[in-house]
Amino acid sequence: MASWPKRALEWIDSRLGFSAVLEHPIPKSASGPMGWWYVFGSASMTLLFLQILSGIGLVMVYVPTARDAYDSLLYLNYEQPMGWFIRALHFWSGSGMVVMVLIHMTQVFLHGSFKFPRELTWVLGVFLFLFTLGLAFSGQVLRWDTDAYWGVGVGAAMAGRVPVIGPIIVQLLLGGEIIGSSTLARFFALHVFVLPGLLLMTLALHLWLVLKQGISEAPEPGKEVDPATYHAEYEEKLKDGEPFLGDATWKDAIFSSLVVIVVVSLAAVVGPMGPSDPPDPTLSGANPRPDWPFLWLFALLSLSPPEYETFIILVFPLVLVASLLSVPFISNRGERAPSKRPAAVLLVVVLYSLFGVLTYLGHTADWSPIMDAWGSDPMPVAMVERSSPIELQGMLVFQNKNCRNCHAIDGIGGRRGPDLNGVGARLTIEQLIDQVSNGTPGGGNMPAYGKQINPAEMEVLSTFLASLRTKDVGPAKPHLTPGKMILTPTEKESSKDGSETN
Amino acid sequence: MSQHALPPCQEKAKSRRSFLELAAQGMGAVATVVLGWPLVQYFAGNWKRNDDVWVALGKVQDFPENETRRVGFLNPYRHPWDGDAAKGEAFVRKLPQSGAEKDNFLVLSVNCTHLGCGVSWFPESGLFLCPCHGGVYYENGERASGPPPRGLYHYDWRIVEGLLEIRSPHLPTLQDTLTNNPKTEEE
Repeated sequence: MASWPKRALEWIDSRLGFSAVLEHPIPKSASGPMGWWYVFGSASMTLLFLQILSGIGLVMVYVPTARDAYDSLLYLNYEQPMGWFIRALHFWSGSGMVVMVLIHMTQVFLHGSFKFPRELTWVLGVFLFLFTLGLAFSGQVLRWDTDAYWGVGVGAAMAGRVPVIGPIIVQLLLGGEIIGSSTLARFFALHVFVLPGLLLMTLALHLWLVLKQGISEAPEPGKEVDPATYHAEYEEKLKDGEPFLGDATWKDAIFSSLVVIVVVSLAAVVGPMGPSDPPDPTLSGANPRPDWPFLWLFALLSLSPPEYETFIILVFPLVLVASLLSVPFISNRGERAPSKRPAAVLLVVVLYSLFGVLTYLGHTADWSPIMDAWGSDPMPVAMVERSSPIELQGMLVFQNKNCRNCHAIDGIGGRRGPDLNGVGARLTIEQLIDQVSNGTPGGGNMPAYGKQINPAEMEVLSTFLASLRTKDVGPAKPHLTPGKMILTPTEKESSKDGSETN
Repeated sequence: MSQHALPPCQEKAKSRRSFLELAAQGMGAVATVVLGWPLVQYFAGNWKRNDDVWVALGKVQDFPENETRRVGFLNPYRHPWDGDAAKGEAFVRKLPQSGAEKDNFLVLSVNCTHLGCGVSWFPESGLFLCPCHGGVYYENGERASGPPPRGLYHYDWRIVEGLLEIRSPHLPTLQDTLTNNPKTEEE
């Protein structure tokens, strides 16, 4: 006679029927060494449960009003016992979830597991990915600091570009006329109720399909998927299959445990994310950065020409989602092995490189001016120690006119425009005056300073800029382009040719 | 299942089922309306903005001519629990007298027209500079360079009992600017 806990479990299982599912065979290939490729889905789910657990903890302390949210975050960080850890865990486990879902998707894509009969599993997976990103974005808003405040502002400005219904979407997003409590409450409802609800429902369907269609066998080069014969062949494979509750589940458990250990270590060592400055719109110079899953979009928007910007904001994400959704409909048969699908492998390499580079650029964000560089960044001594009084006057004009916010000198200052160290060797005084007066032709990146600067200031400024070169390099010589006159300073007004654009 | 029934019962079952179908659809429709209407009212509530809301920025004589000042105000659209988020700001510049109008103002929004970040005013160079993507505007609000698609948003303003007031300081976006009459703005 079995012990009573065992009998109780058997009683429950005879009604639930879980053991039948867990002992159901899976293809041998998915249980062997290739089985290590199958651990990312369950790890994503483990992180999801970690998110729900830490989220429940956070929601018991966090106050979702514009007035109190920031203080409640500080309370969590500094007063609530282990509050800092739960906040850190929620951030790192959330980031981990985005990573794990991405890896899971990539693995499924590379192994062609989305092909017949698992097309719908992929489609639901794309929605799970989108809900995960939605949670990442809404969660960033709940970290109600200055980045969150202006981040919502950027979101609203983007939504406001949608033709015709833009203002309605902005109204829906903000829940009022300003970014305030109504806005925060909306994102709270989204983050805590709507998106987790949608995600869990979709996940249930996703898992149901995994049971219904079976776990895909490991891809084999030369073995093509044919919808007419697939089911029969799959059934055949199950005959010498291994139970799911066995090697496969142990691998899942090992990897999930490893992921939990990594996430907990990151939380403990790196600590919670923010909050940064308080969400006070009157603190000027705020330079909001999205969290890392959205840095690529931030970079893409910053680097795209203004005329394509609205298209990139509104259409590009839709194109991305549509392409992801259409993957199994473009190809749901044929080869599954990556070695036989070079285009698929190339696509993954190109996309990861592209998004990787964009994320890096979004992280460095050289296009943002340094708002206090003009008043705070020092001039390298070596560049001015032998300067004439006129050149020193020009240096003051350079600082006072905020040139430094966009132009570094010897690496110190803004990086939006070119570093002006050595500009005296590249441009003549006439060209410098032309560039400063007219800016980038066609209203590009540099404003025209013609009206912002008087002739005396212009003279000392251009003298100073021309002196910015090492002593062993001579001054720039005029380019003698056929048919073009060399301009003298007095003729600068008529010039439209900025020879150095930035 | 009715196709397996005997002919007389089948007739009866058929009419009963069509009654049930009709009743279910009818009741369902009533339930949808009585539940849906209040829900729609709740979720679409406060749909229409009251644009006739003015907030005072200060005494007219306190603004020196041809100088841009950053002026704070408490947003009239605020909730009591909005905290710091209820704080608003605008750039005020008193312009020289033009024609019969004795007091002439230029009141600009702090929100960059590119993606809504708050711009800063630099009196030394006479430029507004946006910290996010480097949008630059001249002192009159016109776009100078960078990614913004247009100049800074202008507030409608009026003078009531010696106080400069601005209208409807909601978050401005490209298709929902701060002016009733877009023609008064330089694009």
